[in-house]
Amino acid sequence: MARDTGIGARVKRVEDQRFITGKGRYTADLNRPGQAHAAFVRSPHAHAKVGSIDKASAMEVPGVLAVFTGEDLAADEVGALPCGWAITSKDGSPMVAPGHPCLAQGKVRYVGDPVAVVIGETLSAARGGAEALEVEYEELPAVVDLDAAQSSDAPLVHDEAARNTAFEWELGDKAATEEAFAKARHVTRIDLVNNRLVPNAMEPRAAVGEYDSGTDGFTLYTTSQNPHVARLVMSAFLNIAPEHKLRVIAPDVGGGFGSKIYVYPEETVCVWASSKVDRPVKWTCDRAEAFLSDAHGRDHLTHAELALDEQGKILGLRIKTKANVGGYLNLFASSVPTYLYATLLSGQYDIPAIYAEVDAVYTNTTPVDAYRGAGRPEATFVVERLIEVAARETGMDPAEFRRRNFVTSFPHQTPVIMMYDAGDYAASLDKALELIDYSGFAQRKSQAAREGKLRGIGFSTYIEACGIAPSQAVGSLGAGVGLWESAEVRVNPVGTVEVLTGSHSHGQGHETTFAQLVADRLGIPMTNVAIVHGDTDKVQFGMGTYGSRSGAVGMSAISVALDRVVAKAKKVAAHLLEASEGDIEFKDGQFTVSGTDRSIDWTSVALNAYTAHGFPSADLEPGLKEGAFYDPTNFTFPAGCHICELEIDADTGHTRIVNWVAVDDFGEIINPMIVEGQVHGGIAQGVGQALLEHTVYDESGQLVSGSFMDYTMPRADDLPSFSLDFTVTRCPSNPLGIKGCGEAGAIAAPAAVINAITDAVGHEDVAMPATAEAVWQAIRKSPAREAAE
Amino acid sequence: MTSVSMTVNGKPASGEVEPRTLLVDFLREHLRLTGTHVGCDTSQCGACVVHVDGTAVKSCTTLALQCEGADVLTIEGLAQGDQLHPMQEAFREHHALQCGFCTPGMIMSAIDIINRHGGVPDETTIRHELEGNLCRCTGYHNIVKAVIAGGEAMAPGRAAAE
Repeated sequence: MARDTGIGARVKRVEDQRFITGKGRYTADLNRPGQAHAAFVRSPHAHAKVGSIDKASAMEVPGVLAVFTGEDLAADEVGALPCGWAITSKDGSPMVAPGHPCLAQGKVRYVGDPVAVVIGETLSAARGGAEALEVEYEELPAVVDLDAAQSSDAPLVHDEAARNTAFEWELGDKAATEEAFAKARHVTRIDLVNNRLVPNAMEPRAAVGEYDSGTDGFTLYTTSQNPHVARLVMSAFLNIAPEHKLRVIAPDVGGGFGSKIYVYPEETVCVWASSKVDRPVKWTCDRAEAFLSDAHGRDHLTHAELALDEQGKILGLRIKTKANVGGYLNLFASSVPTYLYATLLSGQYDIPAIYAEVDAVYTNTTPVDAYRGAGRPEATFVVERLIEVAARETGMDPAEFRRRNFVTSFPHQTPVIMMYDAGDYAASLDKALELIDYSGFAQRKSQAAREGKLRGIGFSTYIEACGIAPSQAVGSLGAGVGLWESAEVRVNPVGTVEVLTGSHSHGQGHETTFAQLVADRLGIPMTNVAIVHGDTDKVQFGMGTYGSRSGAVGMSAISVALDRVVAKAKKVAAHLLEASEGDIEFKDGQFTVSGTDRSIDWTSVALNAYTAHGFPSADLEPGLKEGAFYDPTNFTFPAGCHICELEIDADTGHTRIVNWVAVDDFGEIINPMIVEGQVHGGIAQGVGQALLEHTVYDESGQLVSGSFMDYTMPRADDLPSFSLDFTVTRCPSNPLGIKGCGEAGAIAAPAAVINAITDAVGHEDVAMPATAEAVWQAIRKSPAREAAE
Repeated sequence: MTSVSMTVNGKPASGEVEPRTLLVDFLREHLRLTGTHVGCDTSQCGACVVHVDGTAVKSCTTLALQCEGADVLTIEGLAQGDQLHPMQEAFREHHALQCGFCTPGMIMSAIDIINRHGGVPDETTIRHELEGNLCRCTGYHNIVKAVIAGGEAMAPGRAAAE
C-alpha cells in the first residue's frame, strides 16, 4: 500500500481537488459578519514631510466610518516594523536601522509609503474616503540612484544614516586575498548589475482583522508564509496584542516567493483598527498597490575580481557590492546581501582566499528584502559570470575550467563560513553536458549562423545554502530568531493521523509530500493522514516556509516526531502482546513480537492507546501523540548544473531559448513530480530576471514599471519546455537526507542565460534584463560587427 | 441600483447591483463563487477568466450588466457532480498547478483554446494563446502538457483544424 505513495513516488497532489474545482479558500475569499473595509492612503512622493491631515475631508464621504493616521497608532503605542537581523559594520558599529512606522510619522520615504487608513462600510466608501483625504506634503529632494546615494551631497533618507549607509560589512580574509591577487598570473574583472525585481505572487496580499471584545482577543486572516512569526512580531515589537490573545491564520496562500514572509503595515493596521471600530476590517491589495508596497528583490551593483594561476586554478576572489535596501531596512533585509550572499561566493569551487565588502544603502524606493533565492542568486550571478569570463579570457573551455576548480572532497570548509557537507559537482556537470549534446554545439552554432541566427550556450554550476538554518549558527551571525521547525503527530483512536507542522504551504504541496512521509513510516494509506498548518491556534509554534527549508527542516521535525510516536506505540503493542518492548518490531503497519507470528496492527494499537484498559499506569500513559522541535546541525547545500542554449535573431535582438538542461542534486527526493515543478518555476523566474523583468524608477522616485502592462512577467511563449534530471548525494545533516529544491532554478538561471547571450554576441557587455532592444544594441557592439564596419 | 439576471453554472442568478459592478465582483461577492480570482487591475493576468455564452472573457473587465440574460460558466460549474471535466483532470494529472491561484482562469482559458481550435493545436500555438494568463509558480511547462492532454481527452484523436 505504501509502495505507491511512499518516499520517491510521483504521487498526485492531495490539495489539487479544491484548487481545480474553485474551492480553494484564499484570504480575499473570506468575509466576516459585520465586516468593514480598509483603503490605504499612500505617499505620492518619494520623499516628503507630512504636514496636516484633514480627517474631516474623508469623513464627509458617505459610508466612511473612521480615518486613522500615524498619530493614532502612536497614541496606542503601536511600534514600528523592525529589522530582525543585526549586522555589524567592519568598524564595529551596529547597523543603522530606524523602524518603519505602519502609518507615516512625520515623513514618507518612498512612493506608496502608507500615510493613513480609511475604514468604510463598503470597499468603495473606503476608497472614496481615501481619495478625498487631504494630506499636506512638503516635498524633499529624493535619492533614487543607488550608485549616487552614498555621495556626500546626496539627500538623506534617514537623518541617522550618514551617506545613506545602513552598514558597511565585510567577510573573509582581506590580507590573504590581496596576497593571492599579487601572485596571480591572470585577473578577471567584471562589473555587474543585479536588477531589482518585483515578486508578483499571483495572489495579492490580503488581510481580515477581527477583534472579539468578549474575549479581548484578535484574529488575523492573512497571506503569510509564516503566521507564527507574524504573530511574534506583532506581539513583541508592534504591541498589537500579546501572543495568547492574537490568533493568526494563513489559509490557502497564492504564492509567496519571499514577499509574504514579512510583517507589513497594512496587515498590522487591519488587526489594530478592528478594535478601534469594533468590527472586522478587511483589506485586499490591488496589483498597483502590490507593485509599490510588496518588498522587492535583488538590486545590487557589484565589482568582482578573480585571480588565476598559470594553470587556470583559482587563487582568490574579491567583490565590492552596493546593495539597495530601499527606504527602510525590512524584516530580514540585512541578512540577504550579507550572510545569504557573501557566504556563497565560493560557489562549487575550491577558492583559497575570498574577501567581500558589502554596503547596504538607503534610497527613496520600496524596501528590498528576500525574494526567491535571497542573496544566493546574486552570489551565483557574480561567481558564474566571473568563471565564464575567466574561461573565455584564458581560452579555456568553460566546462573544463569549472571542472578544474571544483571542490572534490567533503566536508569542505570555504573561506566564507560555509562547510559544504556533501556533493558531486562533476557528476551533475557530466550529465548535463551529455543531455545538451555539448559536443554537437559547434555544429548547431554554425547551422544557426547560416540561418542568420546567433547561437550561444551558457553554463551555471551553482550552489546554495538551504535548510535555513541551525539556530546556533544564525544566532551567532545576528539573527533575532532561531530557525528550527516544529511538528506534532496526533494519532486518533481509529488510527488516522493529523500532523501539525510549523511549515506553511503556499504552492509547495506539503499536504502531499508530508503525508507521503507519514504514510511510508506508519504503513497507513495517505488518505488517513491530514496535514495541518497555517493556524497559530492549532500549531503551537513554527518558523514557516522560505529558504527551501520545509523539506530539510520541516519534514525532519515530522520524522523525529514519528520516531517518538512509533516508540510509544511499541510500548502499547508490547503491553497488548504481553511481550517486552525491546522484542517488538514495527513494519508495514504491523507490530510483531520478534521471531514469532504474534502481531497486532496499527489500528488496534491506536485504539488501545486510548481505551488504555489495564495499562500499568506508572509506565504507560494513555494516548498517542508526540511532538518535536528539530534544529538542523548544518545548512544543506543543493547544487547542480544548468545549461542554457539560445538563439538570437540578429535583426531584432529577440532571444529564443532553444534548450534548457538542468541537472540538480537535491539529496533524497520525496516526490519527483513536485520537485520538478519547483525547478520549472524557479527557472522561469530566473529567466524572467535575465530577459524580461525590469523595475524602473524615474529620477523623482516614481515607479515607472508599476503594472503588468509595464513590468514584463514571463509568459508561456517566453519560455521553452525544460529537460530535467537529478544526481543524488545524500545530505548527511538531517535524518531524511534532503537538501531542498525550491529556489535552485531562480538561483541558477540568470547566469546561464547571460553566459549564453554573451557567448552568442561575442562580448561581455550585456546587462539584465537582456530585452530584445538591449540585445540588439549589444549585437551592434559586437567586435566582429565593429570590425566589419 | 439595477437588477441583473443571468444563468450561472446552469442555474438562474439575479441581483441588485450598481451599474458599474464588474462581473467578477458579482460572481465573487453576490453569488459567493470565489473560485474566480482577481490577480491584477489591468486585464493582464487572466485569473478571472470565465465563459460567457461559450466564450472565454476576463470577468474583471466585463460589467455584470453586459451579461444580462447570458449563460455564464465558472470553474465551479465545470465538473458534473463528482465527474471532473477532462481539463481539470489533466491539470491534476500533470501537476499543472502549485499555489492554485491562477488555476481556475488557466483551466477556463485552456478549454476555450481547445474549443476554438476544434482540437489540440501545436505547442507553439498553445503557448501563444496562453499569453493572457499569468502563472508565477509553474514556469508553464506542466500547464502546456496539461492543455495538450486535457484537449485530447476532450476531443479524442482530433488535431486542431488548421
